[in-house]
Amino acid sequence: MSSGRALPLNSAAGASGQRLLRYTLAERVNHWIATLSYIYLLLTGLAFWSPYLFWLVIFSGGGPTARFWHPWVGLLFTASVLYMYALWRGDMLLTPADLVWRRSLLNYIRNEDENLPPVGRFNMGQKQFFWLMLGGGILLALSGFGLWFADALPWSLRYLRYLAIFLHVVFALATIGGFIIHVYMGTAVVRGGFTSIIRGEVSAGWARLHHRLWYDQVTGGSPRKK
Amino acid sequence: MSQATLRIQKMSGHAGPVPGEGTQRELQVCKLIDVTTCIGCKACEVACLEWNGLPYRETMFENTYQTMPDTAWNFWNVIKFNEYERPDGSLMWLMRKDQCMHCAEPGCLAACPADAAIVQYANGVVDFQQDHCIGCGYCISGCPFNIPKFNSATKKVFKCTLCSDRISEGLEPACIKACPSGCLHFGTKDDMKELAEKRAGQLRDHFGFANAGVYDPPGVGGTGVIYVLHDATNPEEYGGLPKNPTIPWVVKLWKGPVKWLGNLAIAGGIIAVTLHYLRYGAKTVKEDNRAEGGQP
Ligand code: HEM
Ligand code: SF4
Ligand code: SF4
Repeated sequence: MSSGRALPLNSAAGASGQRLLRYTLAERVNHWIATLSYIYLLLTGLAFWSPYLFWLVIFSGGGPTARFWHPWVGLLFTASVLYMYALWRGDMLLTPADLVWRRSLLNYIRNEDENLPPVGRFNMGQKQFFWLMLGGGILLALSGFGLWFADALPWSLRYLRYLAIFLHVVFALATIGGFIIHVYMGTAVVRGGFTSIIRGEVSAGWARLHHRLWYDQVTGGSPRKK
Repeated sequence: MSQATLRIQKMSGHAGPVPGEGTQRELQVCKLIDVTTCIGCKACEVACLEWNGLPYRETMFENTYQTMPDTAWNFWNVIKFNEYERPDGSLMWLMRKDQCMHCAEPGCLAACPADAAIVQYANGVVDFQQDHCIGCGYCISGCPFNIPKFNSATKKVFKCTLCSDRISEGLEPACIKACPSGCLHFGTKDDMKELAEKRAGQLRDHFGFANAGVYDPPGVGGTGVIYVLHDATNPEEYGGLPKNPTIPWVVKLWKGPVKWLGNLAIAGGIIAVTLHYLRYGAKTVKEDNRAEGGQP
């Protein structure tokens, strides 16, 4: 399932002002289920993480309410990243070209995008973030069960509970790191990215700059040389 | 307790010392359980239920003296029974009253994320405040003695209060009041330690229990409930009393270094992306699709 899949493109390739469909409605809806549930998990989780952030529970109806919903919303989040896997797994596979791209990571960070090799539907950073959230979503759910039903584990299996706490915290932190970068890139740096995940469309110039190979693929090859 | 803070320290225009001065040498209270004189009558279990208004529970019978398996959210005090075989083959009944130990460094309190859901009074009693409890169950993981118990209907956790409502009025805990054999004692920590050591010495010197001793585990800073054991080198035989209880290291790591590293990482991440934006800003897209222009 590569990127050309079901992207209904019609107009003449490369025409100025052309809009390309980057995300289908299902992809967008799923992305926002994941985002909103993650933000809820983040705010309630951070409240339990630090006494200095316990006041965050005011946004979720107080401590006991937040404690009640956090695991259920967690299941929703994990379900949405699993569906995301079904939607995007083909486009998210790391390729040898990504390793080449990584050598120019500093150029990417410095916004010297003209020095970067062309990339497909997703770049290496996006792919890594996807795998981080998928792995994190699964492991947070598994460890979350240990926290959810703390009293269900017998005393002799208490080490599982300790392990669950540790894994939950470590993977929460790892996904928070990814989340900060993801939100920052998607809103502040890669302008147009935020609109694309809401409206589904990007401009041709946007696609050429950020995802040249994908652009070529969906437009049936660039009119320009190279 | 709060009343102790109102004890008069100085008095104006008063001849001689302040009445009652020095009568309270120490605020720390302590329950002493001498397992060597416990007869396993379970009067303490009944007294605990009665004073705390808890319902009686169904008992079980599994061919031992243990008719209640463990403490529960509505059963805070249980006699743990063990038929122990001595190395010489003879039998010994070990009975230990199990309840919250009121640790000086309570793991439950260290683990709890909710503001004031667990408090420790100046007298050493560790008390759960259910109206602040969010029901996360972290205390269950923090406790090295398997004490806090979850009520899944109310999503609150319960345990022995050391009858803080009674001792604040100068009464002894209900279990102690009910004990017919006198194996339970209540007083200041210093006095109970002294009494316990005296009894352990007696057991060593006159009863042939060479390993008799006092259980006041230093790993949790000492406890507000201490035991006299026939064999202090083998506390596990007394219904699984841990030999060297400490707050689980995962809990210490989680509430200590992991917390600060995590906070640093989150703050560092936010600062880093802010600096990146100030230095590099957004990427610019050229909508011009002709071959000239900046994209080689
Ligand atoms: C199916 C998924 C999940 C389940 C079942 C789950 C369950 C739990 C449970 C039961 C707790 C204990 C207290 C509470 O309810 O808040 C907890 C804590 C926490 N969760 Fe989750 N969770 C899940 C996903 C997530 C995700 C995706 C995050 C990412 C931000 C997260 C972040 C946290 C944090 C930061 C804590 C507090 C840790 C601490 O107290 O130090 N959880 N989780
Ligand atoms: S269950 Fe209640 S008392 Fe126990 S750690 Fe959570 S908030 Fe604190
Ligand atoms: S025995 Fe457990 S519940 Fe009681 S004070 Fe110690 S850690 Fe807390």
